[in-house]
Amino acid sequence: MCLGIPGKIVSISEDHLAEVDFGGVRREVSLLLCPEVEVGGYVLVHVGFAIQRLEKGEALETLKLFKEIEESYLESTQEGG
Amino acid sequence: MNPRKRADEGKLAPILLREISGLADPPLRFMEVCGTHTMSIFCSGIRSLLPEGIELISGPGCPVCVTPAGEIDRAIALSQLDGVTLVTFGDLMWVPGSSTSFHQEKAMGGDIRVVLSPLDAVEIAQEEHGRKVIFFAVGFETTSPAIAVAVKEARRRGLVNFYLLSSQRLIPPAMRALLSTGRVRIDGFILPGHVSVIIGRGPYLFIAREFGLPGVITGFEALDILEGIYMLLRQRREGRAEIEIQYRRAVKEEGNQRALEVMGEVFEPVDARWRGLGLIPESGLILREEFAGMDASRAFVIPCEDKADPPGCLCGEILQGLKSPPDCPLFGKRCTPEDPVGPCMVSSEGSCAAYYKYGGGQ
Repeated sequence: MCLGIPGKIVSISEDHLAEVDFGGVRREVSLLLCPEVEVGGYVLVHVGFAIQRLEKGEALETLKLFKEIEESYLESTQEGG
Repeated sequence: MNPRKRADEGKLAPILLREISGLADPPLRFMEVCGTHTMSIFCSGIRSLLPEGIELISGPGCPVCVTPAGEIDRAIALSQLDGVTLVTFGDLMWVPGSSTSFHQEKAMGGDIRVVLSPLDAVEIAQEEHGRKVIFFAVGFETTSPAIAVAVKEARRRGLVNFYLLSSQRLIPPAMRALLSTGRVRIDGFILPGHVSVIIGRGPYLFIAREFGLPGVITGFEALDILEGIYMLLRQRREGRAEIEIQYRRAVKEEGNQRALEVMGEVFEPVDARWRGLGLIPESGLILREEFAGMDASRAFVIPCEDKADPPGCLCGEILQGLKSPPDCPLFGKRCTPEDPVGPCMVSSEGSCAAYYKYGGGQ
C-alpha cells in the first residue's frame, strides 16, 4: 500500500504532469507534491504522485558506506590471516 | 535492477551479515512497522539468515490490515445505495467485512471501481456526473497527501458529486499506543521508509526519548534492511537510543513539507479505531470543516450496524506483534489467500500472507 516506485523523468508539461519511465513502462505522474524536479532526474512515485526527488548524492553516499564496510571486512580478514 | 547492483548485493550481503553477527547481543526483537518491509524481509529470506536470537516481528504497518471490518461494512453499505459509485484502491477488494467484500458486491452487480491514483476517482466523478462517486480512502501518511490533492482538485473543478469516506490512519500515534501497552517486548524499530518520506524524522523522536528505544528509518532493498539492522545493533552496542535514517536517498530530515502542508490544509486528526489496537487518540484523518460537504460519513445515512471482527481470527494480536501467524488456529486451514478470513491474509503486505507465501521465511 505504501509502495513507492523509482522512475526517471522523461518530460514535464506545464500543468505539473510528468512522463516518468519505470524501466521501460511510461506513465503520467503528478508533480504537485514534488515540483522541484528536472527532466533526467529520478523520483519516487506513489499512487500516481511523485513524493520525493531521489538524491543521487545520497545514493552514492550509501554506496560509499557499503564500500567502507566491504573494505573494513577485507582488512579484518587480512589481519586475521 | 541493474547487474552491478545485483553483484554488489551478492558480495555485500554476506559481509553485512557477518558484521551483524559480530555486533549481535541476543536475544533481541526488532519490529518492522511497515508491511512493505515485511514482504521484502520474507522475500529476501533475511529472517532465516540472521544470527540465532535476533527476531524480526511485524507491526501494524499495513493500512488494509488495520482497517476494522466495521469500516469495510460501512463502505459496502454505501456502495449498495441507489446512484452511488464506490471507488477504492485494489488492495481493498478482497478484504472481508463482517459478511461480504467489495469483490463479492461487484460480482453481484455493485458499481465498485478500482483506481491506481486518487485523481482517477476525481476523473470518474467528472465523467459520471449523474452519479454520486464516493472514494473509500485508506492509507497512511504516504498516501494521504495524494488524497488531499484529489479533494482539492474536485473542489477546483466544482464537482458536487465527489465524496470521500476517509479511513486514513497515522503511524506515530499507533506506535505510541503499541509501546504504551507494554505488552510486547521490542528492542528497536525498523521504521517505515515511505511514510517517513512524507513525515521525516521528527515524529518518531518520542520513541527514543520517552521509551529509550532505537529506531532506523530504512529502505526496502535487502541491503537497506540489513544495513538498518546493523545500525540498530550499533546503537545498542554503543548504548545509544536515537532515530537514524538509513534511507537517506529518499528521506529528508524534515520530510516533504509541501505534502505535509496540503495534508494539513485538507485533513485534521481524529481518534480512530484500529483492528487489534482499539481506539487510538488522534490517529486518523477526517476532512476539515471547509471540505465537510464532501464527507460521505456526513452526507449519507449509512445503513450499517457496527459488528465485531470475525471470531477466531488473530489478526489483532498479530498486528501488535503478540502472536505469529502460525499461532492462529485459522491460519492455512480456514484462512488462506484464496479464501481469507482476516485482512492480514488478504493484503499483499500482510504478515499472514507473507508467512503463507514464504513458509515463515525458513
